[in-house]
Amino acid sequence: MTLTALPPIAASIFGLLAIAALLLTFVMLGSRWLDHYLYAFAAESWMIAGLSATVGVYAGYPELILIALLTIVFRGVLLPYLIWRIIQRQAADHEVEVILRPSSSLLVGAAAVIFALVVAYHIGADLGLVGTVAVLALTVMLAMKLIGFLMLVFRHEAISQVLGLLVLENGIFLGAQILVPGMPMLFEIVILFDLLVAVACFGILVRYLRSAIGSTSSLGLRKLRG
Amino acid sequence: MTAGGCLVALLAAPALGAAIAAGSRRPRVAEAANLIGSLIALAAALPLPFCAAHGDTALLGDYLIVDRLSAWVSVCTALVYCLSSLFAIGYMRTLGEDAKLPTFYGLFALFGWTTLLAPLVNNVGVYWIAIELTTLVSTFLVAFERTPESMEAAWKYIMIVSAGISLALLGTVLIYWAGTFSLGPSYALDWATLTAAAPRMSPALVMLAFLLALVGYGTKVGLVPMHTWLPDAHAEAPAPVSAMLSGALLNAAMVGVVRFLAIANASQVAREAHVAMVLFGLASLAVAAFFIVRQERVKRLMAYSSVEHMGVIALGFGFGGPFGTAGALFHMLGHSLNKGLMFFGAGAAMRSYGTTDIARIRDFGRHFPRVGVLWLAGAVAITGAPVFALFFSEFVILLGGFDQRFAWAAYLMAALLILVFIAFLNQFRIMYHEPGEAETDAPARISAWCVTPMAIALVPLLVFGFWWPAAIWNYFEAAAHALGMVAS
Repeated sequence: MTLTALPPIAASIFGLLAIAALLLTFVMLGSRWLDHYLYAFAAESWMIAGLSATVGVYAGYPELILIALLTIVFRGVLLPYLIWRIIQRQAADHEVEVILRPSSSLLVGAAAVIFALVVAYHIGADLGLVGTVAVLALTVMLAMKLIGFLMLVFRHEAISQVLGLLVLENGIFLGAQILVPGMPMLFEIVILFDLLVAVACFGILVRYLRSAIGSTSSLGLRKLRG
Repeated sequence: MTAGGCLVALLAAPALGAAIAAGSRRPRVAEAANLIGSLIALAAALPLPFCAAHGDTALLGDYLIVDRLSAWVSVCTALVYCLSSLFAIGYMRTLGEDAKLPTFYGLFALFGWTTLLAPLVNNVGVYWIAIELTTLVSTFLVAFERTPESMEAAWKYIMIVSAGISLALLGTVLIYWAGTFSLGPSYALDWATLTAAAPRMSPALVMLAFLLALVGYGTKVGLVPMHTWLPDAHAEAPAPVSAMLSGALLNAAMVGVVRFLAIANASQVAREAHVAMVLFGLASLAVAAFFIVRQERVKRLMAYSSVEHMGVIALGFGFGGPFGTAGALFHMLGHSLNKGLMFFGAGAAMRSYGTTDIARIRDFGRHFPRVGVLWLAGAVAITGAPVFALFFSEFVILLGGFDQRFAWAAYLMAALLILVFIAFLNQFRIMYHEPGEAETDAPARISAWCVTPMAIALVPLLVFGFWWPAAIWNYFEAAAHALGMVAS
């Protein structure tokens, strides 16, 4: 597939889904409830699955449909379910204390998107791809990366940090579907599986944290310094 | 034996060891399984550089590669794994938690397996997964003692490193994208293909991908400013795990940085990429030096020394050329052995005095004549004092730096190394010669299992300090050419 020769309808659908995913990231950034994070994350994963399927259909990569199905099963259902179980087990209040108010975080997030756009535009100009969906994909990819880091910094509840990490990876996955649809499939499948293992490890660790420190807020972690 | 046979033994032995150790309920069986696994791995790793000297071998459908870099790092890793397994037997028994030992050795052997696997992987994506696996396994080793401090260290470790290497994944996607413009939408994701395609890639995209990989894998290597997890994880993990983290894991991640550097070398941004390496190396050296000066805890001292030495290795590869590359590769071996020795001594001191405070470890040499001499010799060696291996590798790296545009960095490096030398040995002066405030209880004795690996590690450090055979020199020179470090 060449990114310049896409039918306009395909480019529009790609753009729509990518932007929807970015908006859902903002929902996560602006919300104070763990449950909202989780729903937004699940919805975002479904958007990415939709994107994989559309790329598969329009660009002629039937294996991407399989990836889309796996994305729905792993990222859209299994991971949110696992995290939901971790939240339930903790029985902590589901409201996250934030270091920065939601409105301010949204503003910082907007600045991150603008920065991502500038970088993506420069890269796009270097490759002669300005005006194609590649610049949009790169922007969304970098922006989700930056916002994921913001979520890691602004939240100190263990679960929301895990979700922040998953947003980092969602961004990469989303961008990869548009930019490199031909990337070897094995790699993508293994990464999906790897995520599952990672979240299981996080789950165990959160339980340890709770039993050793008595809370899952990283604000309690300040013994080691210097 | 062929490279293929060695590779099978190298990877099968620790995996089997892990399975037997975790499956057996008996602590002594688990100890033995892990130790035997590590011995077989070492025996299988030692011939690899000889195979690699005759040319690269790709195995398992091109997913694994034995080339000069991976064979060399495998030897370093296998040595540390073997010595740590020996040391672990003595050290873990003093914890008095026999029931948890099978789990420990299961995880330990698995960790050994992942660190042996990662450098050998030929596929950029699979390499990323292997590095992620090392994190997931070692987190539980860091958290093994379940104290609040070790939990904090483990959480910091897994969060910072996972976030960091997600940047490396982005770098991987971008470098693949850069390749699609000349190679078509689907191609094999191995290092050689990407390096071959690099001259035709967009320079901006290669630079962005390289920087992302450098920061991403650099987090795992412990380069400043992404090093913040390292002192905590190294200090809170049980001592044999600290030795593995420092001597095996950091090298395994450095391989990724070097492979990306090799891709950048073949592209049009080689100069800029080397500048980035040098800057990260200098920052690591500088920050580590200042933390070594004012450090109060013995294992954190060793951890900051690891940051320092990773900085030195980054500088070696950053300077490039035959000298820089040879020095950096040799430094990997020296650092692996030496830091193993240092962590073994630190762990033994910590357990026998029951404290991690440098201020409360007194008269170490008088209480433990044998261990004392070994540990002190290790301390002199790790600061890069003459007649030890690290002196030669640092000297060669400096030589590589002086004769080109990085001369300023080489001078700065030399100054910082002298600062580290003084500060590090001053900490040892406190532990050996400063009179204690009050006569405390006599420290507990140190088991022979702990002393033996320290003695074994010191021998090659001393030998390679005196004698650097021509074959090794040729090997490094060929490696430098293969990685594109020598301007043609």
